[in-house]
Amino acid sequence: MMTSQALQARPVKKKFNTSYLFALPYMVVFFTLVVILIVISVVLSLTYYDTINFPTWIGLDNYVALFTQDTDFMQYALPTTIKYALIIGPGSYGLSFLMAWILSQITHKLRTLIAIILYSPSLTNGVLMSVIWKVVFSGDTRGYLNYYLLTLGIINEPIQWLQNSDMIFGIMIFVGIWSSMSVGFLAMLSGILNINKDLYEAAYVDGMKSRWQEIFYITIPSMKPQMLFGAVMAIVGTFNASGLASALSGSVPPPQFAGWLIVDHMNDYGFARYEMGYASAMSVILLIIVLSFNKISHKLFGEKK
Amino acid sequence: MMKLLHKKKNMTKTEKAMFKYKKMRKNRKSKFQGTMINPSRFHVSQLKFLLILIPFLIVTLLPLIYIISHAFKPLDELYAYPPRIFASRITFDNFQNLFLAASQTGVHFARYLFNSIISSASVIFLSILIGSLAAYSFSFLKYRVKKTLFTLNQIAIMIVPVAISVPRFIVMNSLGITNTIFAHIIPLLAMPVGVFLMKQFMDQVPRELYEASVIDGANKWQIYLKVVMPLVKPALATVAILAFQNSWNNIETSDLYVNSEALKTLPYYFSTLTMGTSAIAAQGMSAAASLIMFLPNILLFIILQNSVMNTMAYSGIK
Repeated sequence: MMTSQALQARPVKKKFNTSYLFALPYMVVFFTLVVILIVISVVLSLTYYDTINFPTWIGLDNYVALFTQDTDFMQYALPTTIKYALIIGPGSYGLSFLMAWILSQITHKLRTLIAIILYSPSLTNGVLMSVIWKVVFSGDTRGYLNYYLLTLGIINEPIQWLQNSDMIFGIMIFVGIWSSMSVGFLAMLSGILNINKDLYEAAYVDGMKSRWQEIFYITIPSMKPQMLFGAVMAIVGTFNASGLASALSGSVPPPQFAGWLIVDHMNDYGFARYEMGYASAMSVILLIIVLSFNKISHKLFGEKK
Repeated sequence: MMKLLHKKKNMTKTEKAMFKYKKMRKNRKSKFQGTMINPSRFHVSQLKFLLILIPFLIVTLLPLIYIISHAFKPLDELYAYPPRIFASRITFDNFQNLFLAASQTGVHFARYLFNSIISSASVIFLSILIGSLAAYSFSFLKYRVKKTLFTLNQIAIMIVPVAISVPRFIVMNSLGITNTIFAHIIPLLAMPVGVFLMKQFMDQVPRELYEASVIDGANKWQIYLKVVMPLVKPALATVAILAFQNSWNNIETSDLYVNSEALKTLPYYFSTLTMGTSAIAAQGMSAAASLIMFLPNILLFIILQNSVMNTMAYSGIK
């Protein structure tokens, strides 16, 4: 009697697993504001949506239009974004590693001080900083850079930094690199500092001859997880840039679409013209580009399974 | 050089061998000693690293120095030709102008500041709360979809926030929180990187500790609050810094999701003052504004940098 009752009661009595309740609040926010957004992006990219009328299904038309009719996208936004990413991504990443490596070889107090200095530009507000850059790179003789170049006799007449598309792009690269030493840099620094010193000694006994060998055979392989984290952070930082060229030149779009990134093009269509479907298609393409950059860094530094 | 070569040519075989041996010995003597990672004291050999760092430090620091000195320059010095980096007479005019200009928008400067502080504090507190709960469940607890959720979170680290601004606009509008203070807070609570860093840090906490607490009769909540949280303070501090950076610099919400001027935040107000105007007075004001935005960030980092470095040691993605 007793046993059969107990057996019957068991499924009802089965303890409810409360473990996932811990993840629940975060997951609600995470799904609402990240996962679902990506789904919406993909779905909307297949529709025409002007935020007033209900979206109408148009299949791949947005993508076709993007690649065949939108010359601003094909000529400027896409190539500029890829060029920008290929310069800033590896550039800032390499510099972060180099700085981290150099910093790891000096004493603690000095290292902390210099690390704080190198990290600080990433804390500045990009929008507000653009006003500062405008003064530094101003095209008349009042501009700080022009003034000092003129005084030093390097140039004879002021350079129109902010009206020439190549110059604007160059300044974007400079500003991008300047503010790129962020969390990834700190992760790599910490990664280098935590490498087991015995590894170096062992390699030295085995006949390691130079610092280069040391970097490629010991340092990088021992901190691959941090290298990957740094790479992901570098990619996120790179693609998160937007609007700098417009802010610098003071016009939207900037002269000759200089430094016009996919994000700028997307914001233009999304928030100025309310063509949400079309803007979503660009957002999907941007996500594909970002994820393929990530894929490459996972190939380079991820653990092989 | 020529002399040396000549000498080498006329050498006998023994001499040559001797030369070779000496060269080898000499090389061994100067043979690579291995990098001194994290040296405990200063040595002359570190000077070369400092020398390489100097140009980078100058380029990094110049714009920052320029902001600081520009913020304290009086108007006539902003106009001055030739331009000078350092102010010769220090004033607080630019800051005063920032405060005064606010009243023209009908909203007091303190209101923007208040909104910024309230939303940043809420973002820090809530993102640490829900993030650490999730990280705790990823690290210590067992449930069915755990692995999938964590992988999803790890992929989401790579999602660039600006890339999904269009669907975010649509979702924010349908959530019904636009034009409230929550619009400043809720979008920033989904911080995959924060959850990732906290989980990685929690993974370092010995499992025996958890098991011992279970034997002592503590439940999951108690272990979370009394055992795990005190041990992962460095990670919490790091996430606090990152959350603060996101929130304190956030312009998007004020720009897109809040219409009422009284609900907008400091960086937005600053950006309206300084965007598009090339007036010289605006330069001084925007330098002052940049400084106000920058200082809390850097101070927080300086205070907590030890915790940040500690957390970063476990930041690796495998």
